[in-house]
Amino acid sequence: MARYILSRVAGLLSVLLVVSIITFALMHAVPGGPFDARALEKQQMIPDNIKRQLNTKYGLDQSVWRQYFLFLRNAARLDFGYSLAYPGRTVVQIFKEQWPYSFQLGLLTLAFSILVGLGLGIISAVRPNSWIDHAGTAVSIFCLVMPSFVFAVLLQFFLSVRLGLLPTGGWDSPLNWIMPVLANSLAPVLVLQRYTRSSMRDAMRAGYVRTARAKGLGRRRIMFVHVFKNALTPVLTVGGPLAAGLITGSFFVESIFRIPGIGFYFVTAIQHRDYPMIMATTLVWAAVISTAYLLTDLLYALADPRVTLTKGT
Amino acid sequence: MDRPAVETRLTTESLSKKGAKGLRLFWLRFRRNRLAVIALCFISLEILIALCAPWLAPHDPYQGDFAATWQTPNSLHWLGTDDLGRDVLSRLIYGARVSLSIGVLSQLAIALVGLPVGALAGLRGGRVDYVLMRIIDVLSSLPVMLFYILLMVALGAGFGNLIIAMTATGWIGMARLVRGQVLSLKETDYVRASRAMGGGTRHIIMTHLLRNAMSPVIVSLALGIPGAMFAEAGLSFLGLGIPSPQASWGQMIGMYQAYIRTAWHLTVFPSIVLALTMLAWFLLGDGIRDALNTHAHGGTV
Repeated sequence: MARYILSRVAGLLSVLLVVSIITFALMHAVPGGPFDARALEKQQMIPDNIKRQLNTKYGLDQSVWRQYFLFLRNAARLDFGYSLAYPGRTVVQIFKEQWPYSFQLGLLTLAFSILVGLGLGIISAVRPNSWIDHAGTAVSIFCLVMPSFVFAVLLQFFLSVRLGLLPTGGWDSPLNWIMPVLANSLAPVLVLQRYTRSSMRDAMRAGYVRTARAKGLGRRRIMFVHVFKNALTPVLTVGGPLAAGLITGSFFVESIFRIPGIGFYFVTAIQHRDYPMIMATTLVWAAVISTAYLLTDLLYALADPRVTLTKGT
Repeated sequence: MDRPAVETRLTTESLSKKGAKGLRLFWLRFRRNRLAVIALCFISLEILIALCAPWLAPHDPYQGDFAATWQTPNSLHWLGTDDLGRDVLSRLIYGARVSLSIGVLSQLAIALVGLPVGALAGLRGGRVDYVLMRIIDVLSSLPVMLFYILLMVALGAGFGNLIIAMTATGWIGMARLVRGQVLSLKETDYVRASRAMGGGTRHIIMTHLLRNAMSPVIVSLALGIPGAMFAEAGLSFLGLGIPSPQASWGQMIGMYQAYIRTAWHLTVFPSIVLALTMLAWFLLGDGIRDALNTHAHGGTV
């Protein structure tokens, strides 16, 4: 077990290294730097000597290799430097102040999608071809074809502009939370509902359920003891990465509803070519998601005694 | 549920007995799925509109009119005008060109790269396979949307760059799919029999592998089209896709989303069109999958 975890952590670190190289290379592959982007936006020229000073200040005048190794050395100490788009704030500060918003949105979305996705999946599996099963299929098709930002815009239009029921944006009161959570939960509801349904159907057809029924066990007991336990462990494997994706924020939903989370800041960081912020966000995302995969695998092994962890998996 | 399934199987068998083969059999099966046929009609209509855009669009989609900015739908501008006085309906019609061609062209490019790479890995095996699979593993550890965004920041917004970015991320899945197909087909009895009877490598690839690996590839491409349109819309929404004078549905939604209180028509119409189109492509892909009778997993999640 310890060896397995060690080898997985080593794999995780090498993935992070590769991700940092790819991101760094892509960021520096383009002509023009962050100051050009901002100058273009404000429609003014930056004099050459000032640009040179700025480049020296942020270390952008050094060779790409040196910049990368400096970045790596600092990143290892969790120091990502100053943001270029928000002068005076370090990247770590921005993360500390803005991530809680994304985190909260993610957790609320997760809770909502578990309720809806798992609920619909279980009921449709228990009562196939009932109206609720068909409703479940309709919901999953809706989630599949509706881009989250389109849904967000339509919600905003109908619920707040037309009917005036909810505020269009912000994050201050629970009323503000409803639309972002709905818009954000399309993908997780789809995944959870589909997996739960098919996994439940498989478990209900399994030999041990037939045996239990033949022994004359009650329907409720079969469901709770035999079906749920075996059907819901596979759902864990998609749930972990899903949760990780949710707590790292959403580009679209956060910018549409003006929620000051990490996704919102990332979108502005891209527009301003904010190298430190882009590098940090990419790495943190990759780290959170890879860690979630690792934790999910460990949890899965704990929950299901048939699974053994080997180096290859 | 059991009865219709049996019925379908019987009629399909009787169809193939009557001598319906290949495309004809596919069409006869496809036709039975009413939703997929409606979706096909819808998409054909959209393609027709996109092709005939210069004749159908009531106004010039790029020509602003400062006397007629921010108009809500009226008899002259059926879907209103935007901040520069450009006609929303005309921009929607021209936007169809961008959105549809991105979907189709990106899938063609993905097939062009992913098919040979996957086939090479599957057929050659050994070191070639090992190296290719490691590259694929690393690339797929990046979240897809993030990869798109980084690529588009590096390449710059634009139609061609969008196709490049989608190919750069999309070939991975395609190569994986083809490799898996080749590996499993290599071990089937008919390929072994063919080899035992002296069939050459080229003969086996052309007649056995290609033909049998095709259905899942076609299904994946068909379902990839709405995925690509989704990505284009998302990137254009963020301002990284189609640059401004040109129009695309996602870009229209993104640019005017902040004005939803004052000018709802600028975002609501493109949203509805985009959602309906996504639905149609998905239903069409689903119909193709059922008609081809493969069990490839559909849908991008």
